[in-house]
Amino acid sequence: MPQKDSFVKFENVDKSYDGEVLVVKGLNLDIPQGEFLTMLGPSGSGKTTTLMMLAGFETPTSGEIYLEGEPISSIPPYKRGIGMVFQNYALFPHMTVNENLAFPLEVRKLPKAEIDEKVHKALSMVELQDFGTRMPMQLSGGQQQRVALARALVFEPRLVLMDEPLGALDKKLREQMQYEIKHIHENIGITVVYVTHDQSEALTMSNRIAVFNDGKIQQISTPDVLYEKPDNSFVAQFIGENNQIRGKVKSVNGKNCVVVTDNGDEIVSLKINVNSVGDSSLLSLRPERVWVNAEKGNYENSFDAKVEELIYLGDHVRTRVNVCGNNQFIVKIPNSSDHSDLKEGASVKLSWKAEDTRALDFKA
Amino acid sequence: MSSETISGPILTSDGIPLKVSLKKAERINKIRAFLLVLPLLAFILITFIIPIGDMLSRSVDDRYINTVFPKTFEVYKKWDKKGLPSEEVFKTMFLEIGEAKGFKIGKASTRMNYSKSGWKSLIKKSQRKFKKIKEGPYKDKMIAVDKRWGDPIYWKALGEMVDPTTFGYYLNAVDLKYDSNKEIIAQPENRRIYIHTWIKTFKVSLLVTIFTLMLGYPIAYLLATLPLKYSNLLMICVLLPFWTSLLVRTVAWMIILQQKGVFNNLMVMAGLIADENRWKLMYNETGTIIVMTQILLPFMVLPLYSVMKTISPSYMKAALNLGASPLHAFWKVYMPNSIPGISAGGLLVFIIAIGYFITPELVGGKDGQMIGNWIAYHLKTTLNWGLCAALGSVLLAVMLVFYWLYNKIIGVENIKLG
Repeated sequence: MPQKDSFVKFENVDKSYDGEVLVVKGLNLDIPQGEFLTMLGPSGSGKTTTLMMLAGFETPTSGEIYLEGEPISSIPPYKRGIGMVFQNYALFPHMTVNENLAFPLEVRKLPKAEIDEKVHKALSMVELQDFGTRMPMQLSGGQQQRVALARALVFEPRLVLMDEPLGALDKKLREQMQYEIKHIHENIGITVVYVTHDQSEALTMSNRIAVFNDGKIQQISTPDVLYEKPDNSFVAQFIGENNQIRGKVKSVNGKNCVVVTDNGDEIVSLKINVNSVGDSSLLSLRPERVWVNAEKGNYENSFDAKVEELIYLGDHVRTRVNVCGNNQFIVKIPNSSDHSDLKEGASVKLSWKAEDTRALDFKA
Repeated sequence: MSSETISGPILTSDGIPLKVSLKKAERINKIRAFLLVLPLLAFILITFIIPIGDMLSRSVDDRYINTVFPKTFEVYKKWDKKGLPSEEVFKTMFLEIGEAKGFKIGKASTRMNYSKSGWKSLIKKSQRKFKKIKEGPYKDKMIAVDKRWGDPIYWKALGEMVDPTTFGYYLNAVDLKYDSNKEIIAQPENRRIYIHTWIKTFKVSLLVTIFTLMLGYPIAYLLATLPLKYSNLLMICVLLPFWTSLLVRTVAWMIILQQKGVFNNLMVMAGLIADENRWKLMYNETGTIIVMTQILLPFMVLPLYSVMKTISPSYMKAALNLGASPLHAFWKVYMPNSIPGISAGGLLVFIIAIGYFITPELVGGKDGQMIGNWIAYHLKTTLNWGLCAALGSVLLAVMLVFYWLYNKIIGVENIKLG
């Protein structure tokens, strides 16, 4: 039985298109009311299929989806009362902006005056009050995107789905729209399920992120936990930049373990999902958690390294070093006077803490 | 004065005005483009534009008769149209009939026969008998040869031929004619054939357009929405008729539709109709409509398909998502977006149908004939090319009117073939 407090619930949902490959495998997911949940993953990971099942355009092969405690698999999409923003906006090209927005209200046979009022209100929300009589083709990409958003919200749906809505916009507009969508969500408190493959977009907007891969949720958590405490190597690689060091577990000591790299360096790290001595492991370490020639401090790990390459990026210098047998190791050094003497080929000492080093599973 | 004129033309770095330089740079491209279209342009000019011009001029051309009876018409113009013309008119007529070569007078008399039937036989008879008349007065002697020379109706009928141009063919094409005083009147009841045929032509074309739309729209929708591997097969089925000769298809329909044909036999076998009440599906309007619908179907499906292919499936999804039932979503969202295809297909089928002639000829019988059949008849059988040209020109004019109306109502820019 679905729980009372889960607004949307996926229960053991499988989806297959051809009867041979499962696109979504045994999906269980609870979304509380008012949450902004992002489904993040590479293409083919099953995130869009999951969204389409929720919208009603795909039916689960097995399992059930509940909305407010009510199973919805047999309800056709037009009776679900779920708003949706499509990838390419899907604004009706033969209708003006006003007509587009009035469409869901006219379908619901609202009185004319109420329709006008709601359309106006929705357009004000996206700051396009003066564009009501334009055709969608006469609007810029960003404006079309806002109209699509307004249309998905104008009929006050229980839930709004967004399928990579910002994918067609340029970078600057995309970032601006991310904040706008986030603010609208905060203001009206509607539940949003958002699909994207852009991890920075997911981090910016979401209350929680479900990382999809291979038809399964790899980890579902808040953005900071996902970034700082990835549960497995896929999540660590997919979200943010990440140094990877391969090794084998030498000893386990409570919540820590020691991993020996191929060239014999021993790294103290946090034991996440390695089980016993002898397991292969992939160590994950964020580039900004590594210190160069640090003062004496509480660092469990300290190694000699050679600077291979310096890339000047304004606010920080991206430094590629060779350490622990890994010559693709990246360190982000803040652009301050401390390290202005760094040269390619120089020898430096790198230090980092055991708690920042996560020993994850290693999949060959 | 604008600032540009004050500062003079913009110059390129080597001092030549920019516009001159640009023109020079583009000239070679223009020449190349022109050379590329030249063969087709020449082909179209020779085989299409010039014949159409020729057709238009033939439909009003009345010069030929003026070359056979130039002097007669000169004196004829002075006649006050009361009673019989003067002796002078009779005399010049007599002389010019005598002078003219056989084929010339034959062709002229055919033309005279269009205005008043009887002229041809009168001229033919007179030509033989006039040889015996050596001198005037001609009037009485001509009337003695044939009393029709004394009938003012014949003389008055010449009036419409005096000008080198005539609207007689056009009048004929819409069941009108000049009376003996050159007033426009309706043809007698039993000679009215064209108005009836025009109406039938429009009716059949309109019905064929509607039927092809009704049958083609669902197919085109399926084609546009099915996955590629199925839609390809379906597309081949749609295009199959194009790979079969038009005549073969029409004859196949004759086998199916005739009273002892496949369709009626099946219906009788199934006990749905009685043997003596077999349906008449051929040699009438029904046959024309059935066969033309099948033959013109691809011309409707293809434009529809190519437009529907561009309608994003997300429109329908969005409409459903916004709460519209599938039917409502189709009617309010999908259908309006497919209008360019409907217009293109409709106009194409209508234009082809309105001038169709082989199919009505073979399966239409007497009842299913269209205007194209009359054009072919006059072209090949009666050799009345003036009337052919007039009928063709009316057809062309009607098409242009339809096109103009279409442009007014829907807009030509809404036609899309993909």
